[in-house]
Amino acid sequence: MSFQPRHTVLSGLEPLVITPELNFINVGERTNVTGSAQFRKMIKEGRFEDAVEVARQQVENGAQILDVNMDEGLIDSEAAMVRFLNLIASEPDIARIPVMVDSSKWTVIEAGLKCLQGKGVVNSISLKEGEEQFLEHARKVMRYGAAAVVMAFDEEGQADTCERKVAICTRAYRILTEQLDFPPEDIIFDPNIFAIATGIEEHNNYAVDFIEATRIIRQTLPHCHVSGGVSNVSFSFRGNEPVRAAIHAVFLYHAIRAGMDMGIVNAGALPIVDELDPELRERVEDIVLNRRADATERLLDFAASYKSGSGESGVGSAKADEWRSLPVAERIAHALVHGIDAYAEVDAEEARLMSSRPLDVIEGPLMDGMNIVGDLFGAGKMFLPQVVKSARVMKKAVAWLLPFIEEEKLRTGEVGKTNGKIVMATVKGDVHDIGKNIVGVVLRCNNFEVIDLGVMVPAQKILDTARAENADMIGLSGLITPSLEEMAHVAREMQRQDFHLPLLIGGATTSRAHTALKIDPHYKAPTVWVKDASRAVGVAQSLITKELIEPFMDKIRAEYADIRERHKDRGNGKRLVSFEKARAQRFEGDWANYQPPAPNKPGISVFEDFPLEAIVPFIDWSPFFNAWELAGRYPAILTDAVVGAQASELFADAQTMLDRIIKEKWLSANGVIGLWKANSHGEDIEVYNTDGSVLTQLHCLRQQADKPVERPDFCLADFIAPKDSGVEDWIGAFAVTAGIGIDAHIERFQKDYDDYSAILLKALADRLAEAFAECLHQRVRCEHWGYAPDESLENNELIAEKYRGIRPAPGYPACPDHTEKATLFRILDATARAGITITENFAMVPTAAVSGWYFAHPKSQYFVVGKISREQVLDYAGRKGWSLLEAERWLAPNLDYDPE
Amino acid sequence: MNQQLPWLHADRVQALEQALARRILVIDGAMGTMIQSHHLEEADYRGQRFVDGFDSTHVHGDGCGHDLKGNNDLLLLTRPEVIASVHDDYLEAGADLVETNTFNATSISQADYHLQHIVYELNREGARVARACCDAFSAQTPDQPRFVIGVLGPTSRTASISPDVNDPGFRNTNFDELRGTYREAVEGLIDGGADTIMVETIFDTLNAKAALYAIEEVFEQRGGRLPIMISGTITDRSGRTLSGQTAEAFHASLAHSRPLSFGLNCALGATDMREHVETLSRISHSFVSAHPNAGLPNAFGEYDETPEEMAATLHEFATSGLLNLVGGCCGTTPAHIKAIADAVRGVPPRQLPVFAEEQAA
Repeated sequence: MSFQPRHTVLSGLEPLVITPELNFINVGERTNVTGSAQFRKMIKEGRFEDAVEVARQQVENGAQILDVNMDEGLIDSEAAMVRFLNLIASEPDIARIPVMVDSSKWTVIEAGLKCLQGKGVVNSISLKEGEEQFLEHARKVMRYGAAAVVMAFDEEGQADTCERKVAICTRAYRILTEQLDFPPEDIIFDPNIFAIATGIEEHNNYAVDFIEATRIIRQTLPHCHVSGGVSNVSFSFRGNEPVRAAIHAVFLYHAIRAGMDMGIVNAGALPIVDELDPELRERVEDIVLNRRADATERLLDFAASYKSGSGESGVGSAKADEWRSLPVAERIAHALVHGIDAYAEVDAEEARLMSSRPLDVIEGPLMDGMNIVGDLFGAGKMFLPQVVKSARVMKKAVAWLLPFIEEEKLRTGEVGKTNGKIVMATVKGDVHDIGKNIVGVVLRCNNFEVIDLGVMVPAQKILDTARAENADMIGLSGLITPSLEEMAHVAREMQRQDFHLPLLIGGATTSRAHTALKIDPHYKAPTVWVKDASRAVGVAQSLITKELIEPFMDKIRAEYADIRERHKDRGNGKRLVSFEKARAQRFEGDWANYQPPAPNKPGISVFEDFPLEAIVPFIDWSPFFNAWELAGRYPAILTDAVVGAQASELFADAQTMLDRIIKEKWLSANGVIGLWKANSHGEDIEVYNTDGSVLTQLHCLRQQADKPVERPDFCLADFIAPKDSGVEDWIGAFAVTAGIGIDAHIERFQKDYDDYSAILLKALADRLAEAFAECLHQRVRCEHWGYAPDESLENNELIAEKYRGIRPAPGYPACPDHTEKATLFRILDATARAGITITENFAMVPTAAVSGWYFAHPKSQYFVVGKISREQVLDYAGRKGWSLLEAERWLAPNLDYDPE
Repeated sequence: MNQQLPWLHADRVQALEQALARRILVIDGAMGTMIQSHHLEEADYRGQRFVDGFDSTHVHGDGCGHDLKGNNDLLLLTRPEVIASVHDDYLEAGADLVETNTFNATSISQADYHLQHIVYELNREGARVARACCDAFSAQTPDQPRFVIGVLGPTSRTASISPDVNDPGFRNTNFDELRGTYREAVEGLIDGGADTIMVETIFDTLNAKAALYAIEEVFEQRGGRLPIMISGTITDRSGRTLSGQTAEAFHASLAHSRPLSFGLNCALGATDMREHVETLSRISHSFVSAHPNAGLPNAFGEYDETPEEMAATLHEFATSGLLNLVGGCCGTTPAHIKAIADAVRGVPPRQLPVFAEEQAA
């Protein structure tokens, strides 16, 4: 039996599967008569051909859904809707994406739905006219086979506060899913984006209300989506496009992090948040996040200086062309990141003249620039349309260079005899081809004949082409995770259809391990993972050369076999008990007789630039020595017979540096803690706001070890009073860093080739961060939570964890799921409050940082979750709103079985 | 579709679901191919009632007669025993389900013969004839109950494609027209005793959406429903329907009807259909069906894949776990169906995928 994630699937001529990896779905907005004067004019004048071109541009610029609205008094809206939808249905490049039928008149919506062969979206339905009308429309939506935008609008009017937005959406969700069996993944909430900074005080919190409502909706209403019309938010700044764009960028940045995953956005025109003028960004964030009473005035003052500009929004438009004076490599990077193609050829030419070979321009500055683009996209700081623009710049530059590369080939006389023929494709379901194009260029330059089938290529087409062209090998590429499965599918098909060609696998999410475990076993002929474009030539050369292929493949096969062997060994642990049995053997907190202590200072406390002197006494030195591969415990290690002298010398250096760190303020330490009411249910912990509403859900994992009855199978949730016990309980969280400012010093040491000092500094910063965590934990026990006001323990007793309560960290043995760190950071707002960020894979930056939960139960203890069974993984996936596949990916090290 | 409505024939649905859980079920083969072998003439098609080329029991506006040869669905009224004998041949060959002879029983298709008014009647008789054959066989083989698939054909028009190259926005039919005639057809199929309704040979998904809408309306009105089956047509090696959708987009567009089965038929032989059947088999939460043609047509427009060849290809589908229902379309005969039935016997059916959370709950 196979398990499928529950994703929204829309369709035009092609499917749009809304997976979390897509981050944010752009809805094209220019085919809307209420939003575009130009489009309105075309429709009014019956210039439908021009209107179709607008739609085409939207798709080319990266729209993933096309919003069509014909609501205009002087237009026969129904007729215009039908005419326009029928026209675009005949244009395959437009019709490939789904349509959002947008109207305030139900008859127009219905007329539109009758023209869509694909699964579109209705925009919108709501409780405005009461439940009966709402149900009637929703039933029709289901019958026509569409998804629906549901406005946060009820009989009382449009929701403006967070509370009302959540209440209406929750009510609508219940009605749809319980009374109609409406698929929850087909519900897209629009919780109303209203204008902020209007001068009316009640409007100041509108953006915050939207963002917070989004967060709660996404957390509490499974599978649904949140969308909105972003441009409303900046309405009071109309006429000042750079500032509006900055507001949109900042708003989206926060809204997306809260869970907004769809929107009507002119994404191609958005600046990148990180590149906004810092002062502008701060002032914009002040109004978006409603951080200060005078935010509007301050932004208005500042905005005046931006008015003249029109070009690059908010990135200091007065100095828009300043980047042209940068060195050529930086100009190329700038143009790629900003998608400016005007200078692609000029810059490529200049770079070529400075390089010994034209190919160096591609392998050097162009690839460097694309790597930056890839990183920004991965971090959610660039949007798909912008990446599409970057690719265009890349392609223009490459196109300029190709004739020179050809010429060079002619000159070196390598014409006519190709090295071999390769069929390349980005696999079905994936559109990312930048990496593949680079590989193609590089291979062509090395005399391979490359047949590039483009993107979204079905398996059979790849194989048929390879046969027809008598190719020597096949190269598959892909960026998004589902492409991994598609590549395995191609491999299986190659085997089934009796292929013997080598198969090359590449792309950002591919890996040696995945290739070894999931692709290579399906295909008997050589299957090779290619790490990056620079390796492609070597691999292809080895596979094509008779003398090289055998030794090369022996090595690869040995590597893959080794990976598989190691993988196999993982399952040889102890037998697990069933999840049910483990649950029955949970830790019992004796809730009838134990009253959890209420904190003295509930809520958030921030510690900015905490004195390092106060932290030093809490340092646990043993791990410091271990970091230098000196084994032993402090302080005994200083007099150890074997390593004592080394350890003492190191310790002296450390003390010297520690003094300088403190005196010269090399590092500063920030921290944030929070204490909230909480109750557990099952393996989840519900965390509450002061008003009793749910702040968030924490998801924990349970041990499934086969233990004697008196020893429980622990789960962190067991340490919190269950909801049905009626006992009020509390949980805490913290995030601390001691690494603020470290980079400059590391750089300084590296410039001096002083690796020793660099490592020493890093190791000390790590120790300080740990010590800071220990120090704050003590404060929490004695003061903030205050359940152990009289605790007096020596540092060695602290190190031995002799105190009451624990502080386990996500990603560590008691809660091994790293993704819970996202929740932790969110409820602490640790990035804003402590200056710590997390990467998309939940690593903390600065690296000298610690975060975790506080539990106060007297019998709470650390434990190792260890291996877990598939039934628990399924259960966990259900609670996280994940597919089994996602759960298996994140919990891979804990799986007691081989997925699939 | 409205999952809250009860089944119209709960016992038969239960028997069908039980059979699907146990094995791969066999659908019958081509009807047209078999009718051709009877070498029927104009007089056969006309019978008594249509002796002058029009319906003698109906007042025709234009009053004049038309050639009726080729209107195979009309044989249900004029030579029902021919249709019944074809059903019997397929049931004898091992088919678990037979399709009603109602592929063209829509007002749009019957308009070619000026017989729009007999749409309901054709569908009702189509279901009744098949019902009688199935009941007779079910009585003989109680272990293998037989089922009637009430067929809704695609019509000869498309709601998504303009027939006029100079005006891509033009349409010669629309959702509401299609929905109207499909409603009539569904009423007939239900009254005649169909066990399921199959929207098949879908080359324009919008036509099918109109059919599904009509089905839902009839179900709602009757307060009960039948299982729905969907079968699309990937027109050629482009891997798309005639209206341009990929198999996956096609699936996404119709999955709202929560059908009993999702599959493909016609246009391609089994070999070329495989990758698309595999796609459906991977993504669909319904049972998966395939009833391909007997290969691609040769220079004379005939299909010449032998029963053995076709059965061997479909055997591989089955062993790869792609199938729950299998049969034949153009060019297939009872010999093909027997070979296919033999080939998939004992091969376990495809398992339905499940949402991760459903399993966990």
